[in-house]
Formats: sequence, C-alpha cells, structure tokens
Amino acid sequence: MDCCSGIKIDIPKGFKKLVLAGNPNVGKSVFFNALTGMYVDVSNFPGTTVDVSHGKFENYVVIDTPGVYGVSSFNDEERVARDVILYGDVILNVVDALHLERDLFLTLQIIDMGKPVIVALNMMDDVERNGIKIDIDKLSELLGVPVIPTVAVKGRGLEEVKNNIKNAKVGNIDNKIKEYLEEYKNKVEHQSEALMLLEDDDAISERLNIKTSGKREEIYRLRRERVDKIVESVIIKEGKGNRLRQKISSMTLNPITGIPILVVVLYLVFKVIGVWVAGDVVGVTEETIMVGYYEPFIRNIILKIFNQNTFMYRLLAGEFGILTLTPTYVIGLLTPLVIAFYFFMSLMEDSGYLPRIAALVDRVLSFFGLNGRAIIPIILGFGCITMATITTRLLGTKREKIIATILLGFTIPCSAQLGVIAGMIAPLGTKYILIYAFTILIVFALTGTILNKTLPGESSELFIDLPPMRLPKISNVLKKTWTKTIMFLKEATPLFALGALIITLLEETKIIYKIQDVFKPITESLLRLPKEAANAFIMGIIRRDFGAAGLTELSLTPEQTVVALVTITLFVPCIASIIVIFKERSKKEAALIWLGSFVLAFLVGGVLAFLIV
Amino acid sequence: MTLDMAKRGQKIYIKKINDEKIKVQAIRLGIYEGAKVDCSLKIPFGPVILSNRMQEIAVGRTLAKKIEIDVIKEGA
Repeated sequence: MDCCSGIKIDIPKGFKKLVLAGNPNVGKSVFFNALTGMYVDVSNFPGTTVDVSHGKFENYVVIDTPGVYGVSSFNDEERVARDVILYGDVILNVVDALHLERDLFLTLQIIDMGKPVIVALNMMDDVERNGIKIDIDKLSELLGVPVIPTVAVKGRGLEEVKNNIKNAKVGNIDNKIKEYLEEYKNKVEHQSEALMLLEDDDAISERLNIKTSGKREEIYRLRRERVDKIVESVIIKEGKGNRLRQKISSMTLNPITGIPILVVVLYLVFKVIGVWVAGDVVGVTEETIMVGYYEPFIRNIILKIFNQNTFMYRLLAGEFGILTLTPTYVIGLLTPLVIAFYFFMSLMEDSGYLPRIAALVDRVLSFFGLNGRAIIPIILGFGCITMATITTRLLGTKREKIIATILLGFTIPCSAQLGVIAGMIAPLGTKYILIYAFTILIVFALTGTILNKTLPGESSELFIDLPPMRLPKISNVLKKTWTKTIMFLKEATPLFALGALIITLLEETKIIYKIQDVFKPITESLLRLPKEAANAFIMGIIRRDFGAAGLTELSLTPEQTVVALVTITLFVPCIASIIVIFKERSKKEAALIWLGSFVLAFLVGGVLAFLIV
Repeated sequence: MTLDMAKRGQKIYIKKINDEKIKVQAIRLGIYEGAKVDCSLKIPFGPVILSNRMQEIAVGRTLAKKIEIDVIKEGA
C-alpha cells in the first residue's frame, strides 16, 4: 500500500490493486468473495472498528472497503475507504440499481479521480420486481465506463464482472471539475489526491502540506446535478415500489406498531442470548471445557516449572491467573456471548432494521444528549460493556461518546451479570423485579439527563439513510459476525490479561484487603447488608458477574437482595471495561467515571435501603 | 417554514439547510438546496422521514428545524 494508509497490505511484484467500493449494503462482499475465494486476510485499521479484507484474483490484490456514500472524512469508515480508494489501480464500483441517485454520487466521484472504473449494477432483480426499467447502455455511455447488470446474491453476472475487470476504463470526468483539477496537476502525484484537495479534505491537505480549494460545496453541487441528470435519462420506466416492504418499513417506524415490534424482537434476542447462550452454551464452554478440563491441564504444566507457593505460580495459574482466569473468561464466557450479540446485530443491520430502530428511539435518546445511533452501543452493552465501549467510537461527537460511555459503565448490566441477577431475583416475584428494573431505569434516565444538561457543547443530530428492508444473506451475516468477534477478541484479550495481572498484584500487596476494610462499614450501615457483602463488591471490580455471584452465597432477605443487586449493577464496570475506558477516553475522564460509579452505586443503594429495608 | 412543520404525504422543496456539516453530507444522499422530495412519514416528536424515489432518509427533529422548506403539493 501507499505510505500513508494506516494498514500494510503487501502487493507482490506485477500485481495491481483492485479496490471494491460502494455504498453500505449494496452486496460488495459477495463480489469480494466471488473474486478472492477462500484465502482472505482481514486487517484492522488502528484506532477504528473498521476492518479491511483483502485477497487475490488473477494478478490483482483485491481490497474491500467499508460501505460509504462518498470519499471524504466524515467518519472512520470514510477515512479508511478514502485511503484505500485513493491509491487503488482499478476500482470495481458496486452500485445498488434501486438507489441510483444515491449511489452514482460515489461513482462519479471515483470517476473524477481519473481511476479506471468498472461498475457492477447490482440488485437488478429488485429493479425488475419493482417494474423499473434502466437503460444500461446509456448509463455506460454517460459514465464512460463498462456497466454490468448483476444479481450478486444469485450469482448472476459475477462471471461477466470477473471477465471485464481488465476492461475497466477511465470515465467521463465532469468538464468543470477537470478544469479545476488542472490547478493541482503539478503539485501532487495522483489525480485522486488533487480531487480531495479540491473537495476540502483536511486530512489529505495536512498530509501533502497543500492548501485546500474551498470549493467542496460547488463540486458536490456539480456532481449532484450531474447524477440527477443521468438518473433522469437512464430510467426508462419508473416503478411503483414494493408495497409489502414499504408497509413493513413504515410499521417499524410508526411508534404504535414499531414499539411493540421492537419489544418483541428484543425479547426474542434476549431469550436466545440470555437463556440459551448465557446459560446452556456458557455452561459447557466455561464450566465443562475451561474450568473442567483446561484449567487443571494448564495448572499441571505450570506446577512443573514453579512451586505452588511462588508468586509466579499465582500470577500465571492462581485464582486470577493470566493463563487460567483470562482464557476461561475470554474463551469460555465472552466468546459465545460476543458471537451471539454480533450475530443479531449483523442480522438487524443487513435486514435494514437497525437504522429504523435508530430512527424510532431517536427522540427518547435525545433527552440524554444522544441521537438514535447510540442505540447500537446500548444494545451491545447488555452483551459486554467492554465490547459496547469500543463501539462508542461510531458516535458523532466527543460529548456523545462520553455520555454513552458513562451510561454503559454506570447502569447497563452485561449479559454475564444479568444471568446471575436474573437467577437471584426471579424467585422473589414480580414486585421485586419491578423495584430493581425501575431503580436502574430511573438512574439511567437521571444520569443521561443530567449529563446532557451539564456537559458543554452540542451533540450531533440524526441524519441517516434508511436502506430498504431486505432478507439478509446468512453467509454475509456470519462473515460479519466472525470478523467483528475476532476483532473484539484481539483487542480485548490483552486487556483482560492486564486486568488479571492488576488484581493479582493488589492481592499480593494486600491492598485488596485494605479496600475490603474500607467497604465494610459502608455495606453494613449504609446498605444494611451483612459485612461479607463487601467481598462480593470487591469481586465485582474484577468481573461483574463474580460480584453478583458472590451475593448468592449470603443469606439475604428479599429487600436486601434487591438493594445488593441494584448496588452491584451500578457498581464499577469490570476491570477490562475500565481499561478500555482509559484507552478510549482521557485519563481524567476515566478516573472520574470509575470513582463516580462507586459513589453512585452506594448512594442509590443507600437510598433504596433506607426506603425498603 | 421549516421541515419539522411538514406534514406526512406532502411534496416539499428544500430552500435552505442551515447546518454546514449536514449540508455537505446530505447532498450526497440527494437532499440539497433546490431538491424536491416527499415527506413520507413523521415519527411523533421524532425524526422526519424524507423520500426521493426509493431512497429514504431519517432527519432528527432538531435538525429538521434548521432546514427551510416550501410545500409544493399537499398530501392525499
């Protein structure tokens, strides 16, 4: 790759870079798989949640890019796509034939870069079904590049695309833009860079140390006018649209039907994840496999090297050992849960349901200084706070990232913890379940409202594309689930190991017992719980479900149980989450969040104890 | 008037977008000063849904207040 693109992809001698580009959800990955086959590498762009896959086709290195509406720097996906597209040799642009007026904007932008382009006009079956007719020859003529109609999911047109990659052509560049580009001709190496400078891209300007033109709006406007003209002249017959899909779409958006649909969907998701995955699957992976077989196995090996009473043994294979607790937690507990959550998120994303949820809940989240998109980290939080905190990167402003991180850290119980909490609270009956749920909900709403009122600055507003509702292609969903899970595990495993290390050190230095002593009076007098409950809270610092599980060993009245569960829910996020918070936010913010959750948990727990115990 | 006052089913003309950041992003999705689009749905107190051919966009309510429009045609 070029010098500045963030990831390293080796381009063998004689190979060219074939870059796949397109809007989100246009079926790019099907083309990628058809071209590259089985041997694919996935690279993560540092500091983003964005992955880029690459593989080989004939003498091309094929590079996939995240779906974007244009090449610029509005978010992480765009920055990554920009860096790949800018330095590609040939671009395969996948276009959703149903959304020409949206997709051709990117197409023309790439053509204006002076790159050889071939367009795959995908989803032609949708076009036919809707009774729309497109003049493909005319489109090809106007763009100046080959246009091949495809139905990628059914394999239609894929061979033709493959056979025509070599026929990719430099298209018809807008005359006015061509004129403007002249100005940069001798200043930059690539025409693509010149276009970025023309379109006021600050990052490229900084890299090349050349001033931008201030003409972005004009260029975009020229391009938009050209897109609209092209669309007008290539649409031979306009269709009616798919009635059933439109009906489903508006039902998911209208609160009267949309909220019940959302409740049912979330209920089903949590039923599958909360009961089946967190219970049965984790029972096997964590208890049977990891604790039952793996841990004794690894302990035996370590024992051959270190004596049981040494620090090294305790560090590696002790109660919080790096080779015992960490793999058990990451592989046995987290992996199944994270896979399940990413699977459902990918399913909702690919079906077009996720952006509709975002639109539906936008108003409610706006009270907390967030927009509808924040629903994504919030839902993921019920899976794993660590995973959700990483996902806050997709939010628009620093302010929103802080609010979402705090809400996650303070109030959302992760699935591991939720399992233990549900087990303890279910036998107590509806009344106590409601007290618990309402307390958490009130704290969530109050925290969000107060943060929104006190934090300076403004949050970004909802402006999202609602793609058509489609039946997701299961292989795509599985692939997405897989790459996201791998990415998460790669990022999080070292953090869990670091967490285990910190806890072992706290124990070795006896600091952990001092913390316990500090907690005891609080648990007894403020929370009106037995003093042993302090141990449970200490465990909660390490793993939130350990904390909750520690409570099961105490004999508590129903009222005490609710107080204890509320407190442990609001209590500090687990050690891996807090390390992620330290990584994602500033040290000061992270420290405040951590200390704040101590205060909040005991304050709310204390008030509740005062009211009901 | 502004977009938050549009009614479901109306065809509208976008006069001005008073948010520079959104303005450049919106133009890529076919929402720009001079565009004619449909207001296909309004979520009570929530986003306004605009559509243009098969394309649908959700615009947050506060943002909608920053978009000046004219009604071209009343809804059915």
